[in-house]
Parts: sequence; structure tokens; C-alpha cells
Amino acid sequence: MPNHTFILNGKRVTVDVEDDVRLLWVLRDVLGVRGPKYGCGLGVCQACTSHINGKAFNPCRTPVSSLRSSDRITTIEGLPERVGKDLHPMQEAWLDVDVAQCGYCQPGQIMAAVALVEEVHAKGRKVNDADLDKIRNVCRCGTYPRIREAIKQGEARMPGPKKKKAVKHTS
Amino acid sequence: MTDLGNRRPGAAGEADGLVPSEEAPGGISRRRMIGYLLAAPTLVAAARFGADPAEAAVPSLGPTDLADLSDILTAAAAPTFGLLKITVDSAGVAHFALPRAEVGQGITTAVTMVIADEMDLPIDKVKVTLADATPELQFNQLTGGSNTMHALYTPIRTAAATARGQLRATAADELSVPAALLRAADGVFTTPDGRTATYGSLAEKAAVRSTRTVKTQLKSAASLRYVGTEQKRIDARASVTGTKEFAMDLDVPNALPTMVCRPPKINGKALAILNAPDVKAMPGVTDVVIVPHNQFTPGGVAVRAKTFGQCFDAVRALNVKWGGGTVDDKSSASVLADLKKSEIPLTPALPGTTIDETFIFNFRPGDALEPNCAVADVRKDRAEIWSSLKSPIWAKQQIALALGLAPEKVAVHVVEGGGSFGRHLFCDAAFEAASISQKMGKPVRLMWHRTDNFRQGRSHPMAISRVRMTRQGSNVIAVDQRHTGVACDFTQGLGDIFTSLDTSQPGQNFLQFSETVFTFTANVPYQFGAVSQLLNEIYTFNTFNTSSVRNVYSPDVATSTELMVDRVAKDIGKDALQFRLDNAKDDRMKAVMRTVAQAGNWGRTMEAGTAQGIAIHSEYKGRSACLVEIDCRPQTVNRKIREAYTGPRVTKVTYAVDVGLPINILGLKAQIMGGAMDGIAQALTYGLHLEKGSFLEGSWDDAHYTRQWNTPPEVNVIVMPPTTGEPGGAGEFGVGTTMAAVACAYYRATGKFPTEFPINQHEPLTFEPFPTVPPIPASPVDGLGRAGIKRPRKKTTKKKTTHKAG
Ligand code: FES
Ligand code: FES
Repeated sequence: MPNHTFILNGKRVTVDVEDDVRLLWVLRDVLGVRGPKYGCGLGVCQACTSHINGKAFNPCRTPVSSLRSSDRITTIEGLPERVGKDLHPMQEAWLDVDVAQCGYCQPGQIMAAVALVEEVHAKGRKVNDADLDKIRNVCRCGTYPRIREAIKQGEARMPGPKKKKAVKHTS
Repeated sequence: MTDLGNRRPGAAGEADGLVPSEEAPGGISRRRMIGYLLAAPTLVAAARFGADPAEAAVPSLGPTDLADLSDILTAAAAPTFGLLKITVDSAGVAHFALPRAEVGQGITTAVTMVIADEMDLPIDKVKVTLADATPELQFNQLTGGSNTMHALYTPIRTAAATARGQLRATAADELSVPAALLRAADGVFTTPDGRTATYGSLAEKAAVRSTRTVKTQLKSAASLRYVGTEQKRIDARASVTGTKEFAMDLDVPNALPTMVCRPPKINGKALAILNAPDVKAMPGVTDVVIVPHNQFTPGGVAVRAKTFGQCFDAVRALNVKWGGGTVDDKSSASVLADLKKSEIPLTPALPGTTIDETFIFNFRPGDALEPNCAVADVRKDRAEIWSSLKSPIWAKQQIALALGLAPEKVAVHVVEGGGSFGRHLFCDAAFEAASISQKMGKPVRLMWHRTDNFRQGRSHPMAISRVRMTRQGSNVIAVDQRHTGVACDFTQGLGDIFTSLDTSQPGQNFLQFSETVFTFTANVPYQFGAVSQLLNEIYTFNTFNTSSVRNVYSPDVATSTELMVDRVAKDIGKDALQFRLDNAKDDRMKAVMRTVAQAGNWGRTMEAGTAQGIAIHSEYKGRSACLVEIDCRPQTVNRKIREAYTGPRVTKVTYAVDVGLPINILGLKAQIMGGAMDGIAQALTYGLHLEKGSFLEGSWDDAHYTRQWNTPPEVNVIVMPPTTGEPGGAGEFGVGTTMAAVACAYYRATGKFPTEFPINQHEPLTFEPFPTVPPIPASPVDGLGRAGIKRPRKKTTKKKTTHKAG
């Protein structure tokens, strides 16, 4: 079976699995990384949302063979490390607002929220209501209003929008 | 009288020790105050579930003949039979195994608060876990009807108070001071001269050698520190760090991913696998077996593989010969026609002006975000099951029966669930996983595909509700409501096998449950003269797969009646709020109405195409009122968001709820908020289309549950101060009131009186339905696109050069 190598939450990993197995299952079933959740396998619900090179993506629709050895995959488990703390500021905001109900969608929500704030900041502006309206993550428990509140609070604790000439986003 | 009425006058500290049985002071409800000290190495205090032993006995369900099943009855008549226990360990931590399912509704947090208060412990010294299936609890391990806090509040407090009293008595001994002089705080007793004893140090000394009953006293409301405040969830950190464990996250050795290839039509049966060897030879696949369809297991063909991705592929590759299902020729339109034929006639109209309308409520999906799933490890002589179960005793008994094992050989663990909304009253995944594990002779990690959840899962039954209101002048003198629905499956019974089997008998599902639930939940919260509300159901309970999904009847009943109330108000030229205030049955209801009217600025001038709507609802021993604002202007309705149904937007929700006694205000607000999101979806967008025995919807972009683009930017939930001293339910409360308020607001904004829900049901489909064979769509392969990465796709999985390690 083919080997696939990439950087997962700061550590280089190599897995032995068929090319077309989607990364979600490589993470959950092969590597035992269970923060990213399954909610559809279609790229719809966003429960699996993680980051590749700092940008949000859906591991459920990404064949493991499309990764390169230099790709940095971050799941919810690796998010705090990115800021060198126990918790990312977005996670802190989530706790302050007491967002989670069942919690199933929340890893994906938080990963999507962090990527959204970073993307918008890279464009030199702050998150607005139209940005929040476009978040696709499903929360069947209906925590949406608290998610909106937490993103605003989390954003305030993250480095602000880039000034005019944006420093190049690390990738 | 209520427990909180039992205030102790001028206690130096908080309510304390054990009161000798014969000296129960006047005014204290004696039967609610019996605690138990159980023989154990450390302190174990307990209380009986329910008010007293007699009341904890079998609910009256009519005579049943179940003698032939008595061999599976666990006949343990231990003195601890049916008790709820609190154990204090030598670290001073109080442990409690909650016989309910935590599925997001926050009961573990609320129960933690109650125990911490009653025992003078900080929150972090209370550990609440979910109890394994415990048949001795009889009917007391069913999570449903939003009743957990109502049912458990007093027993848990009694157990906690018993523990506190015994600790205090032990501390008094140890420290040689009268018990009344000890001050308790944060798990430490302090004497007036400053000496201390921690609960941990007392836990063993406080243990008793033989079990005995004691009288105890609950604390006064004034001395409670947590109850009635805003507390964050105890599992919040686990949720945000991704460490909260759901069934699919458990490490059970060798429990490989397993899925079921499901039939093209609802409840079809797998007759033969036509390409088993090919599928078995696919990468990662270990097993392929037929799972028979029956009342308990939807079934199909099960595959087990190294990863779920490979299960997907195997499911898609299977060539199965399918037998017919239960509704092959049925579509939404034909079900509607059947419903109309089965309506119970109205009573003859009284003299007066009548309005008479029939409302249609389409099938709605019932599943949580976490798909149905369960882990099962079935061996020859024993079995172990893990799943989010609201009826775990039934699961244990039924699985034992199906596997041919004694119930004590079947361990059923209740795992925290990723949502439920009533769905996990049924144990489909657990039953299926057990049967598959037995057939394969291997442990399995069974998960349903999302598309199967929509198409073969349990839905909210389709229904029609006819309402006739008769008025003389401005007084409504009669309300007739005839609710006719597809049978709602209640065969989980009371969460045990006996009522379950009994309920499965012809006609019994309706007679024992549907009708009872309807009668106890449907009401018209107004002084409207002669009220007659009757239910009829069609088909047998297992024709469609249904369940009570975040409530079954009352959202539809409330929406129908509240729309009619608006109509009457309009006809007689009265303000919708004032008309409701004039006719509401009680002051608690008027209070929630006035609260939302004021906080939500009822009657403010609104732009054309936007409007307010108000609705009320009474259930779960509580009262609620909801005021919404909706925007139905074209620029809002026609917003373009990719693969989204935007439609009218609820822009503001103001909700007031009186639950009697709020435990965790923050948690209550969360539940109401979530219920409101559900109500918005049920009113506007969240329906299923049945076509020739199959639902068309197969993903979250097909069935439009509320998403961020539908979410009101402003949501304000107001929890009313305590009114009754008893906690009511909240998990479902937000749904019906909001759904009704949204419907009323839509009527006022558009001038169109909505009679079918969701309101968008007959708009063109926003999606191309997935095929039914294979039953699940392939996962796309373009996931990197979203991150702006474009890479050429590799073609094959075999013989392809491996990706070089870097
Ligand atoms: S599981 Fe990946 S988007 Fe739903
Ligand atoms: S918190 Fe339950 S699905 Fe979002």
C-alpha cells in the first residue's frame, strides 16, 4: 500500500493507506485523531473542518494522495499550538460565551471561525454580519447565535486586520 | 407544597443533619425526605427515585400478559433496588451516575449544580457520569418529554442532603462539637474555633456497615449558591478542544468501521448479495453480511472495513437484490389524501361566526448532527454495547433477547450523544450493531451515512390539523381541533422491554401512547369556552420510521391554533397581543406575554414586508411567549448564497419562559435558543419530500435546517424568576412557541395566511436528488479547492507510485 507523508499538528506523519481514502478517515480511523467529526462526507456540514497550511478545508472530500509532504494539517487538537498556548483565543471566547451544547459540531465551528477571521483580517478588514451569514457549518442544536457572539469576541483577542500592505499570510 | 417552601427558620448555617424519622417538623412533606445510607467502604447516600416506593412502582398501563418473558427479568430485590446513589470518595469528590442521556441539553451540568448546592461543594468536586443500563431502575432511565429535571430534582437533592447530614454528624463526632455549630463550605466543615475537617477525610468514617433509612431535610432556597444562577457547561472545555468522546471516538479494540448498504425504498429488505466476493476483495474490507429488516433493525447489507472511507466504497459497490418496502407506492400527496380521509368529524357547530382551516405539516427530518452510531462487541457468552441511548434498559433487554443471552451478560454503556431531539429514544443503531457483530463474530463500529439518516432514519410524522373557532361577537366560545397524523412510533414504551412489546401489539401504540401524549400536551391556553382537541393516526407504527422529534404534536397544534387566534383578532379588529392578554388562562401566561411585548417592543412601526408576530404556549409545567420579527422583502428572500435556501429571515427573537424553577439560567437560555432555531426551520424551511417510497432529501444542503444565513442576528431569551418552586422542562419548549410566532409574523408581513409547513414546501427543489442506488453518494475529491489549492488529481489507487516521504 502507498505511503503518504504530511505534517499533522506539527509532527511529520507517514501513513500506509490507499490513495483515495479521504483524509478524514485517515485521521480518525488510521491515526486516531478524533477531533474532526463526520457529519455528511460530502463537504456540506463542515463538521470535519480542519486547516491545511492555515486555511480551512474539508478532510472528508480530500483524498489523502492529494497531500504533499510539506503540507501542514491542523485539526482542533493542534489549534492551541499555533498560538503556543493551552487554548486558542477563539476557544477561550467559545468558553466565555458557553457556545457548545452537544458539542459535536463545535470543533468544526471553531476551525471555520479561526480561518474566517484570519482570511478577513488578511484582506485588511474586520468580520461583518455578511461574513457570519456565509458560514456553512451545521449546528443541529442551534447554537448559531452564540457562535456569532463568540466569533466577535474571539476576533477581538486575535491579531487585528493587516494594515494596507498585508504581510504575506504564511502558507 | 413545594420543597423550596421548607425553609428552616434562623439556621446558624445551612440546613444540616439527619432528622430522626419520628420528629419530622410540621409542614415538611415527610414522604419526600426519606434518604438511605448504604453499606459501602466510603459514604454512599441515596434516595428513591419518585416520591415514595408506592409511586415508583409500575405505571398503570392496563393488564399485560408477559409471563413468557419473565426469564429475562432481573429479579434482584436488593435493598438498593431502584435507588439513586451519591458516593463520596476519600478525595472529597461526590460521584453520581445519572440515569439519563446527556445529548446536549445540559442535564449533567444542572445535576452537578444541584448536588454541589445541597452538599456545600464547589462544582469541580462533583462528578456526574451517565449510568449504564440499570434495569433495577425500571421506568426511571428514560430520557424524554423534557422531564429529567422535573423528575430527578427532589430525589437527587434528597440523596445529597442525606450525604451532607451524615458527613456533618461524622464531623461533629470527630471534632467534638455539636453538629449545629459546624459551618460547611466548599467541602470543608469548620468549628467556631477554626478547626476543620474535609469531606474527603470523613468519607470513610461516615460509611455505614448496614443499610438504613434516615429522614433528612433539604436546604432552603435562600442558601442555594448555584441553583438559579448562570453556570457554564461542565463539558464545555472538552467540546472546544475536541476531546469530548462520542460513540465513534471510543477506542474499542478491533471494532472496525462498519456501515450498512440500505434499500432504495423505505424499509426495503435485502434478499441477496449478488457480488459478495468482489466486494470482499475490495481494499480494507473484512466482512460483508446481510442484516435482516425487522421492527428493531432497519437492515440491509453490512460491510466492515479498515476505514469508513472504504466502507463507503464497499456500500457503493454492492449489488443487492432488494425486496419491497413498506411504503413503495406512497408520496407526500398520497399520504396527505390518506390523512384527509381519516379525520375525526368535528362536533356540530354552535351558533356564531366560524372560521375553519386545515393546516398541513410535512414530514421533517429527525436526526442529530452526529449520525446514528453504536459500537458493539458481541461474543458467544456476552456482549458489550456503547451508544447514545435514551432508553438503555430497553436496549439491554431487547439486545439480550435478540442475541439469546441473559440480560446480565449484556453490558450497555450510555455514551454522550451529539444531539438527539427525541431520536435516541430508539436504539436502532445499537440493535443493528449488536446483530451485525454477532453475525460477523467481530466487534464493530457502526455508523450510518448522512444520506441514510435522512432517507431511512426516523422523521417527524406528517400530519394535518383542522381547527374551527366559533365566536359570538368578540368572544370565542368554542375551539375544535382535529389532528390527524401518520402514526408516531412510541414503541420504546417507557424505556423497557415490557411496555415496548406491549406497545407493539396492534392498536396499542395509539391507545397507550399517542393518544395519551396528545391529550397531555395539546391544550388551548385561552378561555375559549368549549374546547375539543382529538387525535387520530393512520398506518401502523412501523409503516414509516418516525419518532417524537423535539416534540411531536404540540408545535403543530400550537402553530395551528395561534394562527387562528391571529385571524380572530384580525376579524374583530383587536391587537394580537391585547386579544391574547384578554383571553389567556392564567397570570403566569400573561406575565411572559407582557415581558416579551415590552422587551421586544411590540407594536413598533415596521417597514412594509416586515412584521412582528407573537405566540404563546403552555407545556412542561411552564409558560412561554415568543415575539419574532420577520423580513419577507424580496431583497431578503432572494439573497444569493451558494446552495442555500435563504427565504424570509427572522431578524429578531424575543422569548420569555417561565419554567417554574430555573436551575441553570445559562443552560435554559441555550435550550430555548436552540429550540427557537428549530422552530424557525420547521415553520419556514425544514421539510422532506416523499416520492414513491423514498425521501428526496439526502444532505444538509437538501433539507434546509436553519443555517447561519437563516439565523436571527438578535436573540433575547428571558428566564422568568421562580414561580412554582419545581423545575419544568426546557429541551423542547422553544420549538412550538417560536414556530407559531414565525408563522404569525409571516402572515402579518405578507398578508398570506400560511396553511402548509414548512412554508417553502412547494417551491422548486433547490437540489438534484441523489440516486437511491447506490444508496449513498460518493465523497467528492476536491477538498483542497476551498483552501485555494489546485493540484492535479492522481488516478488510481493500485499500482500508483507512492507519495514520497519528505
Ligand atoms: S463531514 Fe466533512 S463536511 Fe460534513
Ligand atoms: S452543538 Fe450540537 S450540533 Fe452543534
